[in-house]
Amino acid sequence: MSAQALDELRDRIRAANAARTPLRIHGGSTKDFYGQSLGGEPLDTRSWSGIVSFEPTELVVTARCGTPLSDLQAALAEQRQMLAFEPPAFGAKATIGGVVAAGLSGPRRVSAGSVRDFVLGASLVDADGELKRFGGQVMKNVAGYDISRLLCGSLGILGLIAEVSLKVLPLPAAERTLALEIGHADALQQLNRWAGQPLPISASAWLDGRLSIRLSGAAAAVDAACSRFEREFSAVLVDQSDAARFWSALREHQLAFFDGEMPLWRLSLPSTAPAFALDGAQLLEWGGALRWLRSQADALEVRRLAGAAGGSATLFRTSDRSEGVFDALSPMVAALHRRIKAQFDPNGIFNPGRMYPEL
Amino acid sequence: MNAPEQLKYADIAAQPAPGRQQQVVDRLRAVLAPHALLFREEDTRPYECDGLSAFRQLPMVVALPQDESQVRAVLRICHELDVPVVARGAGTGLSGGAMPHASGVVLSLARLNRILSLDPLARLARVQPGVRNLAISEAAAPHGLYYAPDPSSQIACSIGGNVAENSGGVHCLKYGLTVHNVLRVRGITIDGEVVEFGCEALDSPGLDLLAALIGSEGMLAVVTEVTVKLVPKPQLAQVVMASFEDVRKAGDAVAQIIAEGIIPAGLEMMDQKTSRAVEPFVKAGYDLDAQAILLAESDGTPEEVAEEIARIEQVLRGAGATAIKVSASEAERLRFWSGRKNAFPAAGRISPDYYCMDGTIPRKNLGRMLVAIEQMEERYQLRCMNVFHAGDGNLHPLILFDANDPDQWRRAEDFGAEILEKCVEFGGTVTGEHGVGIEKINSMCVQFTPSERETFFALKRAFDPQGLLNPGKAIPTLARCAEYGKMHVHGGKLPFSELPRF
Repeated sequence: MSAQALDELRDRIRAANAARTPLRIHGGSTKDFYGQSLGGEPLDTRSWSGIVSFEPTELVVTARCGTPLSDLQAALAEQRQMLAFEPPAFGAKATIGGVVAAGLSGPRRVSAGSVRDFVLGASLVDADGELKRFGGQVMKNVAGYDISRLLCGSLGILGLIAEVSLKVLPLPAAERTLALEIGHADALQQLNRWAGQPLPISASAWLDGRLSIRLSGAAAAVDAACSRFEREFSAVLVDQSDAARFWSALREHQLAFFDGEMPLWRLSLPSTAPAFALDGAQLLEWGGALRWLRSQADALEVRRLAGAAGGSATLFRTSDRSEGVFDALSPMVAALHRRIKAQFDPNGIFNPGRMYPEL
Repeated sequence: MNAPEQLKYADIAAQPAPGRQQQVVDRLRAVLAPHALLFREEDTRPYECDGLSAFRQLPMVVALPQDESQVRAVLRICHELDVPVVARGAGTGLSGGAMPHASGVVLSLARLNRILSLDPLARLARVQPGVRNLAISEAAAPHGLYYAPDPSSQIACSIGGNVAENSGGVHCLKYGLTVHNVLRVRGITIDGEVVEFGCEALDSPGLDLLAALIGSEGMLAVVTEVTVKLVPKPQLAQVVMASFEDVRKAGDAVAQIIAEGIIPAGLEMMDQKTSRAVEPFVKAGYDLDAQAILLAESDGTPEEVAEEIARIEQVLRGAGATAIKVSASEAERLRFWSGRKNAFPAAGRISPDYYCMDGTIPRKNLGRMLVAIEQMEERYQLRCMNVFHAGDGNLHPLILFDANDPDQWRRAEDFGAEILEKCVEFGGTVTGEHGVGIEKINSMCVQFTPSERETFFALKRAFDPQGLLNPGKAIPTLARCAEYGKMHVHGGKLPFSELPRF
């Protein structure tokens, strides 16, 4: 991979800025469904690809934005390491730049942290085509404002994320999945109780009266917790390969729950928020802090309930975006967004409208 | 994009115009009680520095609001009158981040010190910024929970200051920094508006302004409320202490522990100078013949700890440890740690003054770094003790000097600056957890290009276009870097120079 690919991307951005032509930054386009609207001329990041450095004993990997997520994960797996935030790919062509720009994390997020928690550094190509580096490749770094974490989840509206450094973790020594029968409200109650105890729960999912719990960590700790769940909650051990398929299908939205055309809501809530009595099916993750809802319920009503509970509601997959995909920001936070966008991208060339129409 | 930097207040020592103090005091009197407004020199003197006492500046005024509405009122007045504002927590910071501005107001959040709510089921605590870090864990303890980040100053430092600095601690390789353990911050912008970043859910729509705010050194908003995550207290912790005859071997041992897939709860190293300095003081039973001592802690369930300790021991033996001890009781575990935790006071015992550095490097460069520091000791004719958060690459060299000798202080400062330049050269950063503040502002010129620094200013302008919040800290201006560049010749030349004094 020659530096020429990056120079070409920078030239395209410089020209677009001069001509005030909006750009739509994309990698494998696996997350095109996510966000408010897609606009602008496509700018494909996949020419700028490859792992720049990976040192297992430093627990850090640095990769160019266009690097396929699958390549990165394969390189980590060879050294028995992983991206602990377990990012959803939503397609074979997903790139690491897209993972960071989208800011979405998978089932392990509840115990390990989110993609933003694992971002150590990033380089940014700004509207002038300049390449800038923020953060670094070390775990602790408080030099300057945390621009690299600000870029995480920015949906590309501040510039091109050209390269990222991520903290990686060892694969757990042992992993087991258990399942038990339990109702919606009781599941929420139990998940919150367990989260306050030193148990190695790395993922949870409740659907249709069945709660799946994944335990990860030292073999002794996982075994001890397994026995406890079997004894106290009549939980049943799930076959290892079935379990692996289940968590992967959950992460990639390939469970039957996600099929069909019904709007898919993503509710991000305090884990103790009560079970909502809304029409439609619900799937709980992250110990109750993430709730997927398939429903035709009125958007205003869903948003009102989520907001009243102290969280937010996102129309994750839908055919009708007219109501707004993301919750409206408070006036002060919205004003800060506009000012940050104006400072970083004064001509509005980067992914305009992807997050909010006015950004 | 390339608008001129806001430089109006970058000179921290610039004295106020005649009558200015009176004008500001008169306005603040309307919103603060008399005892909450200090402006006579004998009253403002205690605020002239934070934990970095080598840098001092008397403030024009100190304001001590007791609630959020007073914080808002003070900020509105300062905004209207164009007065710089320096927010201050417990004043334990080590980089001069809370050093006052000569024509500014120190806004102390010390009186906002209540724990507003603690929800054991949701594992959240909502606290005011002046609450001490350790007080949160103490309040959570009856529920078997605690707040994980544990900076060494946790008895005294406040959560508001932790947010400003993105503080870490000895357990952050496993449990994360402040940014990983705070869900929501409520703050006041310079124009007196309330703004909330994050929420009690795990994420929020829009840009991650919470991440930008944490570690912003009081330059984007003033924190009035923080919601922190509480996590279950591990049932058991045990520590392995290993001796090495060579610092490099100890560094390799750290890499091998990680390569084995083990993430210890704490992984710390100290060199022989440190162990010899602390042993008479703490009597921890350190091996004084060892060139380096490594402490590796495991926590969790008893089963988990037993398994992990056995694996760590095995790796350390394989890596050439000359002696290994495993703590057999909680008392012994605390004794093993006591030397590491008392390294700073011990430095104070064997030397009139010490200067603590805070760079981070990729661990693999530890050996090279320690050799470079040894050479600097010769060159600057000053001793340096090395303690090291080995798990995450964060170095705390303690340069020993006597502040009564101005030349020693100058050499100590140059010694420190050279260590930080080496950190950048080795692929690291000038500050791992103490912040840039005023202390490392010149080193920022080495780590970031002018266009990168311009991005920092761009973010700053979005929050504080007039540049009133903590001006002159953290992000150096072009002019300052140009001056620093002239004085410091890079590439191995001796960097003796006259730095600007405050």
